[in-house]
Amino acid sequence: MRTLVPFGNSMKHIDLFTPIELIGTDRGREIDFHGRTPAVDEVWELLDLVPDPEIPVVSVVDLGIVRDVRHAPEQQPEWQVDITPTYSGCPATDFIASEIERALQRAGIAAKIKTVLAPAWSSTWISAKGRKAMLDSNIVPPVHDLNSLTCPHCGSGDVHMKNQFGSTACKALYTCHACAEPFDYFKTI
Amino acid sequence: MNQIDKNHDALNTYLLRMADNDLVLGQRLCEWCANAPVLEEETALMNTSLDLFGQARNWLNYAVERDAELQDCDAATMLRDERHYLNLLICEQPNGNFADTIARHYLFDVWHRLTLEALCNSADETVAAIAAKSILEVRYHEQRHRNWVLRLGDGTAESHAKIQTAMDDIWTFVGEMFTQDAVDLQLVAAGIAADQAVIESQWRDTVAATLAEATLTLPADGYHQLGGKQGEHTESLGLMLAEMQSLYRAHPGAVW
Repeated sequence: MRTLVPFGNSMKHIDLFTPIELIGTDRGREIDFHGRTPAVDEVWELLDLVPDPEIPVVSVVDLGIVRDVRHAPEQQPEWQVDITPTYSGCPATDFIASEIERALQRAGIAAKIKTVLAPAWSSTWISAKGRKAMLDSNIVPPVHDLNSLTCPHCGSGDVHMKNQFGSTACKALYTCHACAEPFDYFKTI
Repeated sequence: MNQIDKNHDALNTYLLRMADNDLVLGQRLCEWCANAPVLEEETALMNTSLDLFGQARNWLNYAVERDAELQDCDAATMLRDERHYLNLLICEQPNGNFADTIARHYLFDVWHRLTLEALCNSADETVAAIAAKSILEVRYHEQRHRNWVLRLGDGTAESHAKIQTAMDDIWTFVGEMFTQDAVDLQLVAAGIAADQAVIESQWRDTVAATLAEATLTLPADGYHQLGGKQGEHTESLGLMLAEMQSLYRAHPGAVW
């Protein structure tokens, strides 16, 4: 919403409420490549600012969704980003692709987003930073041995699986018998 | 040679069969939405369905890439008639009660997992990639439905009776999973498709062990209904597709 306010000797339009998109991201603006060609590492750094829409504390790079970033000046567009879906039917896959494309555009890069299936995504690809961020949000990151699973709230090992599927396809629902709190577990695949 | 061979080459026929199994079973699971016995089960059924739809999309995308006449994923799903759906008959059987749904799904899961395991070594790279992607999800489905077979079979007298009846009823559709027609044999010879002759004995061993653990009786083999892979379906598929396809056919190209 824009409104006129006095500004020195004249009037000026200002935004009373800056329009925001609730689930969109404009973090691409924090890094700006307008007018220059960035290094591949810088593009990775930018993509690491794009959050996963369902677990926004984790970036699409942390999750292992971004597989490759390539620069080929002779091609149009010059950049290509390879992504892979976590689960075949993940409803966020298309949204993630458009978020990545948009973040790059805002930073000044036109890129082709290509979905690759092989090798198949595995939960072992989640970065250490991503695992820590999950745990900080009370989502238990994937473990090899389900018997080693502990409650993110109180640390008790007395936990029980309530449902093999939780709030999203990639999570299962657990309850802790010690503190009686429910929590999400990011499934191992 | 059946009518389907005129429409698609062998590989695309195979791709559509794999896609249609996922699509039809996934759609059946959707019918549990707002009807499941408990909220957690509903979430699980819908998430399983979502996995199957995602896998169907991968198979269909490859089929569309190879044959422009299929147009795109949506058109291939919404504009093909019953006679052009190539899924196994077991996938289209109505949900029945919860035990019927679990019996149908578990018997299919074991077949699905074994078939995908074999397809991971397919001579066709894309088939192998899609199989490798799908199998991680399908193993999880099998584990979940196996647990339910055990709980229902080794549960109360009523749950035992229901899952036993469900197994007996669905058994007439298991034979089709292991039949191979000219399409299968050609692709098996080329190292592309999974050889069901090998898979059948693995399937029987796995299922027999689970049913025994669940204190259930392995149904006797009787008459096996065939035809789904060639587009000849039971009555229930047409009714399901009529509902599933109505919106898209009324508004072609609709997206949301």
